[in-house]
Amino acid sequence: MTDTILRMSGITKTFPGVKALQDVDIEVRRGEIHAICGENGAGKSTLMKVLSGVYPHGTYEGDIQFEGEPCNFSGIRDSEHRGIVIIHQELALASNLSIAENIFLGNERSKRGWINWNETNAAADELLRRVGLQEKAVTPVVELGVGKQQLVEIAKALSKDVKLLILDEPTAALNDDDSAHLLNLLRGLRDEGITCVIISHKLNEVMGISDRVTILRDGRTIWTNEIENLTEDKIISGMVGRDLEHRYPEHEPTIGEEILRIEDWTVYSPTQPDRALVRKANLTLRRGEIVGLAGLMGAGRTELAMSVFGRSYGVNISGRLIKDGKEIHARSVREAIDHGIAYATEDRKRYGLNLIEDIKRNVSAAALSKLAKGGWVDGNEEFKVANEYRASMNIKAPTVEAVVGKLSGGNQQKVVLSKWIFTDPDVLILDEPTRGIDVGAKYEIYTIINRLADEGKAVLVISSELPELLGICDRIYTLSAGRITGEVPRAEATQESLMTLMTKEEQEVAP
Amino acid sequence: MTVAPTNADLSIDKGPAGAQNKATRKVNFDIKSSGIYIALALLVVGFTVATGGDLLAPQNLSNIIVQYSYILVLAIGMVLIIIAGHIDLSVGSVVAATGAFAAVMMVDWHLAWPIAVIVTLIFGAVIGAWQGYWVAYFGIPAFIVTLAGMLLFRAITYMILGNKGIGPFPDEIRTLANGFTPGFLNNIALGPLGGADLFSIIVGVLVVVALVVVQWRARAARVRYNQAVDPMWLFTLKVAGPALLVMFLVVQLARFRNLPWVLVLLAVLVVGYTFVTNRAVFGRQIYAVGGNLQAATLSGVKVKSVVFWLFVNMGVLSAVAGIIFAGRLNLAGPTAGNSFELDAIAAAFIGGAAVQGGVGKVVGAITGGLIMGVINNGAGLLGWQTEKVMLAKGIVLLAAVAFDVWSKRRTAGAK
Repeated sequence: MTDTILRMSGITKTFPGVKALQDVDIEVRRGEIHAICGENGAGKSTLMKVLSGVYPHGTYEGDIQFEGEPCNFSGIRDSEHRGIVIIHQELALASNLSIAENIFLGNERSKRGWINWNETNAAADELLRRVGLQEKAVTPVVELGVGKQQLVEIAKALSKDVKLLILDEPTAALNDDDSAHLLNLLRGLRDEGITCVIISHKLNEVMGISDRVTILRDGRTIWTNEIENLTEDKIISGMVGRDLEHRYPEHEPTIGEEILRIEDWTVYSPTQPDRALVRKANLTLRRGEIVGLAGLMGAGRTELAMSVFGRSYGVNISGRLIKDGKEIHARSVREAIDHGIAYATEDRKRYGLNLIEDIKRNVSAAALSKLAKGGWVDGNEEFKVANEYRASMNIKAPTVEAVVGKLSGGNQQKVVLSKWIFTDPDVLILDEPTRGIDVGAKYEIYTIINRLADEGKAVLVISSELPELLGICDRIYTLSAGRITGEVPRAEATQESLMTLMTKEEQEVAP
Repeated sequence: MTVAPTNADLSIDKGPAGAQNKATRKVNFDIKSSGIYIALALLVVGFTVATGGDLLAPQNLSNIIVQYSYILVLAIGMVLIIIAGHIDLSVGSVVAATGAFAAVMMVDWHLAWPIAVIVTLIFGAVIGAWQGYWVAYFGIPAFIVTLAGMLLFRAITYMILGNKGIGPFPDEIRTLANGFTPGFLNNIALGPLGGADLFSIIVGVLVVVALVVVQWRARAARVRYNQAVDPMWLFTLKVAGPALLVMFLVVQLARFRNLPWVLVLLAVLVVGYTFVTNRAVFGRQIYAVGGNLQAATLSGVKVKSVVFWLFVNMGVLSAVAGIIFAGRLNLAGPTAGNSFELDAIAAAFIGGAAVQGGVGKVVGAITGGLIMGVINNGAGLLGWQTEKVMLAKGIVLLAAVAFDVWSKRRTAGAK
């Protein structure tokens, strides 16, 4: 007997210029664990935000039925009221409040505005017992590890009489023991009749825990199937089996000598100093070569790049950087720039640009001393330089005195690239260089990347889009859970082979 | 003040790219950045009418400058700190502490005044370094560090002075704070205006000539680089306006008692700091830090060092203000500088600095300071009670920031 608890049909969600979801159908049965798989950007999180009311009714097309009734949620409170609770990847707990206070935050056990602490703490203890967390209800959340915080989130969901629990990458930040405990807990909840939707990149977990799997790709439902009929390979081919819709400029590389070698690079998390984000990674970059770095969310790509770029992320960094055959020490961003390393961030608005300033001041920001004599900036020279980049990078703006915050994403990205090219680097690390920009601008960015390689620079491209890496890179590294799991020349790489390497579980290699 | 609005004061809207060499920019007068200059002009006109012209009388004009000079000095340092996204609540106490230290050195220890002044400036720098360390390197919010500093340096003032005032100061210090440039040349007759000091007039003419030459050369350089420039009529207007203002001020002052020394000092500071903020690498890094801290860090700006030196700078300027204030009263008292920080902060915000950081100008802060100075002075001439003056200043501050927030929201919505 199948009892459908949730049916979403014909869901289409459009952002300016992008169709994030296109006619998505999904059906979840009561009491099952339903996994949703897809590449980064496939639309999984958007779909869950539509379901939970983060994107209110009317901002999307399509129909949602929960327990046979239509859902027109105008906010997350509405969906929680009906028993749909979403736990996001980034936990949303108030770290200085106690476990009990967090569980009942916004839902306080109170009478006429006065909180009944005895009832609060007793109810919290009961919930903690249900999720198997051996902590006192009055313990501040800040004293708990991530794994236990995840359990508090689940206890919080249970306090709201949850019927459908959605977990977005619940084990991405957990170690193996905590993951195993969490997955066991989910099985227990299923047996109590709570339905779970789990979004996960870890295919072994998906195979181990879920009853059915739905694949999303490019904002569309690809298929839904019972776990008995599936293998990890089948899921992978579903996730990546897309035609190459985008075009990539032709490029014939002229690869020169090695320019940067990263040896045994290890980085620990700044918030959990015992967790390694990058483990003994080895990479080689050569002049004129475009190298890709593929990895799923949380694999440690950005952490690797930023730690190489003047230790701007992570703690207890160890390993060696060898540039042009000599070991270098880049202990600060300034030193990294001086050694000819540039890093263009994946989040240009937060980390890449001063949005309230104009184009010329952003272009000059990382190499102002090149325009200065004795500490004084030559504003006219700056104007000239910025204008040259406006022409050569085809930045569409009336003047270089236009404020960067008002440019389109593609043009902002060109400003970021101009800024780094102006530092005259030998090695450029581009983190998601085409994220959030339209197809035409992507082509321009690829052309720029090719030009940089032809000038003899080494380019390392980090991207979540495998076709992009296959389209522009000469060689691709794969990263999984902080380890380099493969190094594939372009000629031998396929989306399937890369995805297999990217989801490869960590194997202790004998020394 | 004597500095013209820079080109950045006008929002520029050039036609479609690829225009021919002689690009003339379409001028779109941006009310947001010129609002404070208009507000100051309106206030001056209003009070001039209300006081029957007394506001602009030679002696009163001189009074406004001398009475408000120390706030303007503080406002210069404050606006830089605010641009970087911080705040300094301690400047009033630092003014008191540095003034007291200077008094002890000069009056009790009989040190030569130039040495005492230099040591006082170093003392200010050390205070700034203390606060800069906690803010930049230890990571405590500036609000807390300088709130503590407000108490600490007031306490140090009491320890230095022992609850009594110290004075009188040497003549040189009093002249700096209160005095005027000597008339090296004779007076000349200016028809119905009466006699005026020739030397002051010559200085005024030289300043105007310098202003014209600098602006003209900047324009010529922009033309050489094919940058858009104002059409000639607007350029003439933008140079002639400030030039006339300078000449008016100088003539009025020359008719009274020549140029106040603090005006000379202030002019040097304003010009110097305007250059630093517009053209120096350090100045540009201040805006980068305040505009987007992470982006600045990832662009290789030594963020901590920038913030540290800003506080050192604030300490030195506080010491300058401390000497001027004590010299003006001819007494270093334990309650000196009370609530100066509030006036300096208000001046910066009225002058267009943004609470979030990244935006602000030295000339703006000076204008903001003058707005409050004119209100104080005009209200004094009209015999308003204190509460009315406070009311007016409070409303002006709120209105200025509300206007800023409103215009920002409007441009964001229009995007």
